[in-house]
Amino acid sequence: MSAISQIAAVSAMNVRSLPQRLGTSSVVVIGIAGVVAVLISVLAMSAGFIRTLQKTGPESRAIVVGTGASTELVSVLSKDSVSLIADSSGIAKGANGQPLASAETVLIVNLNKRNGDEASAPVRGFTDISFAVHPEIKLTQGRLFKRGLTQIIVGKSAQRLYRGIDVGSQIKLQDSIWTVVGAFESNGSARESELIADEQTLNSAFHRGSGASSVWVVLDPAGGFQPFKDAITSNPRLQVEASTEKDFETNQSDQINRILSLVAYVLGGIMAIGAIFGALNTMYSAVSVRSREIATLRAIGFGPVPVVISVLLEALLLALMGGLIGALIAWGLFNGLSVDSVGGGFGGQLIFELAVTPELVAIGFLWACGIGMIGGLFPAMRAARLPVATALRAA
Amino acid sequence: MKYFVLIWAGLWRKKTRTILTMLSIMVAFLLYGLLQGVNQGIRATLNDTTNSRLWTSSKTSAGISMPVSLLEQMKTVKGVTSIAHLSFFGGFYQNSKNPVSVFATNVEGLAAVYPELRITAEQISAMKATRTGALIGRPVAKKYGWKVGDKVPIGTTIWIKDDGLNGWAFDVIGIFESEPQFAASPLSSAFWINYDYWDEARRFDNHRVQQFITRIDDPTHATAISAQIDKLSSNSSDETHTQTENAALQSALKKIADIDFIVNAVVYAVMFTLLFLTANTMMQSTRERIPELAVLKTLGFPSSAVCALVLFESGVLCLFAAMVGLLLSAVAVKIIGSSVGATIVPSTVVGYGVLIALVLAVISGLPPALRAQRLNIVDALAGR
Repeated sequence: MSAISQIAAVSAMNVRSLPQRLGTSSVVVIGIAGVVAVLISVLAMSAGFIRTLQKTGPESRAIVVGTGASTELVSVLSKDSVSLIADSSGIAKGANGQPLASAETVLIVNLNKRNGDEASAPVRGFTDISFAVHPEIKLTQGRLFKRGLTQIIVGKSAQRLYRGIDVGSQIKLQDSIWTVVGAFESNGSARESELIADEQTLNSAFHRGSGASSVWVVLDPAGGFQPFKDAITSNPRLQVEASTEKDFETNQSDQINRILSLVAYVLGGIMAIGAIFGALNTMYSAVSVRSREIATLRAIGFGPVPVVISVLLEALLLALMGGLIGALIAWGLFNGLSVDSVGGGFGGQLIFELAVTPELVAIGFLWACGIGMIGGLFPAMRAARLPVATALRAA
Repeated sequence: MKYFVLIWAGLWRKKTRTILTMLSIMVAFLLYGLLQGVNQGIRATLNDTTNSRLWTSSKTSAGISMPVSLLEQMKTVKGVTSIAHLSFFGGFYQNSKNPVSVFATNVEGLAAVYPELRITAEQISAMKATRTGALIGRPVAKKYGWKVGDKVPIGTTIWIKDDGLNGWAFDVIGIFESEPQFAASPLSSAFWINYDYWDEARRFDNHRVQQFITRIDDPTHATAISAQIDKLSSNSSDETHTQTENAALQSALKKIADIDFIVNAVVYAVMFTLLFLTANTMMQSTRERIPELAVLKTLGFPSSAVCALVLFESGVLCLFAAMVGLLLSAVAVKIIGSSVGATIVPSTVVGYGVLIALVLAVISGLPPALRAQRLNIVDALAGR
């Protein structure tokens, strides 16, 4: 008999006898399912955060902030800089020939979540042109703020998270009372976590002068990003840096991504050690229950390799089942769950949905296989080394 | 006690199995103690109202400034012994890849509020003598190789000077070395500059500061003093929000993630898995020993004693492993917990841990124990 057909025969025998060992075998499955579920769920948080930041509008846009600023919150652009940026080449023109450049002030205000926790909500200032620069922002409720009035519109996610900002309600920010006049959605992007008000009104209410935090521009489709970037960097009167919207938002997620990955791998790692012990236990007992069968096989001419491989295959099969169940648990419980976090560079509370992506499921299965392999290896070796005569004589 | 030998022998009947089961219980309780220990530690500091330092920031948002004139009013509050204020400068050296945490402050107040920083009297007078002076923490001095007497150019993304430029330069007048146990604080590696100079030289937001830190004489009065400080500015255009230093730090941490939820979810997942594993081991071990248990009964052991034997065996297994796991978690929390404000596993967490171990022992030990109790001697000996 060839090695392969030996392996197939022994493995098939093992698998067929699995139902008789349902109790012990399920220890491997459930142990691994736990590890995979925790690992995938925490990583799904990171993936959801990144996904929300990377949702962008239909046009290709760029953002300009002060040199060295990693977020809009720590960037201050003077009024002169703002107009110099808007006059640069490489910017698409709007319907009336105006450059599509939107100077926006971003600041953070304290709001309470519906559960009472304190949170940091970003408030953004918009001018008339801003809505043409961000066409994905659409009112879903109420109306727009009027220029010069302390009125504010709230993002869909923000509205769900915070209390006291339903349309029609009033909030006190600094020394003025703001009326919530509408709510908006924005294609699931980070803007939905924010509140938007009139730029000038916001600046004067918060004594911010006439500058802005950032300038968002729609790039001229003819040239793309490079000509605009060159125009900005070559102007000696500007101390600013430009990045594409995508690059900028990706950088914002770096820090939280690192923290969450650390948590996921440390927790998952410790749990995996526990699961390996469980798997070892199960596989050792699977081998010991069958020591007579294994010895019989060896006696009639089966080699040690098919025995080792068959035990490993059984462990792997159980591990894959565990991985599948773990992934399903993570997906069923958490995929699409809305959570919020002050994400590293983002500064304010970003509201996002957990995303169980195919890559994460693949990572989960990889871990499951790893645990299964380690848990199966030593028992498999014991099975192969079993002294045939003693095992046959054993009751 | 005379049965202990039997319990012991039962446990070590299959060494590998017992050791592996113990190891997985240990890992589970290590995780439990670690997660709950850190979580409860955070919660304890969050609720800690007895704190000798209070942080005051704008009620609207920590990023919004308050008039510096509030300082004189705060001095009148009874119980306040010293006040520091600080403002975020957001600096970098050469380029944004090299951030430097520059804060503008009143150095004398800072030294009084944070004796942990070990700022000397000479350093305070040197700061007063040099308007463009900077007092820097040892870590930042080491990182960029700055020495006393150096003139350090610092870039900023926020603060434009009166001349319309944002190139600032400061003279390093001193390097301070904080207490070792305070070294993890960002304040220990900060780059402190004179508020008065900076405020005069910057173009906007003048006469305002970002944060006040107050030292109070009696930590138990923290809540009352906080309320009094906030009362000073109530109904003004710059209302303040004062809380203890610990509470402020922890509420910042809480904004990052719903730690409670994550911790509980993981602990439930781990405990469920564990229950399954231990119950299985116990059942398997009893099943294999049915003839032996029957022999015990034949020798005259009452059914209840056989039942208790099996139950105690699972109890010893679970409790011993759980204790070791909790002990390991205490060590782990001591090592890594300080970064989030937890240094010991609270006794309630340990208590609950032991309770969980007991429940685990009963749930996994009871079915096989009952089976052992109901054992029919003749059938069991005959292997039926």
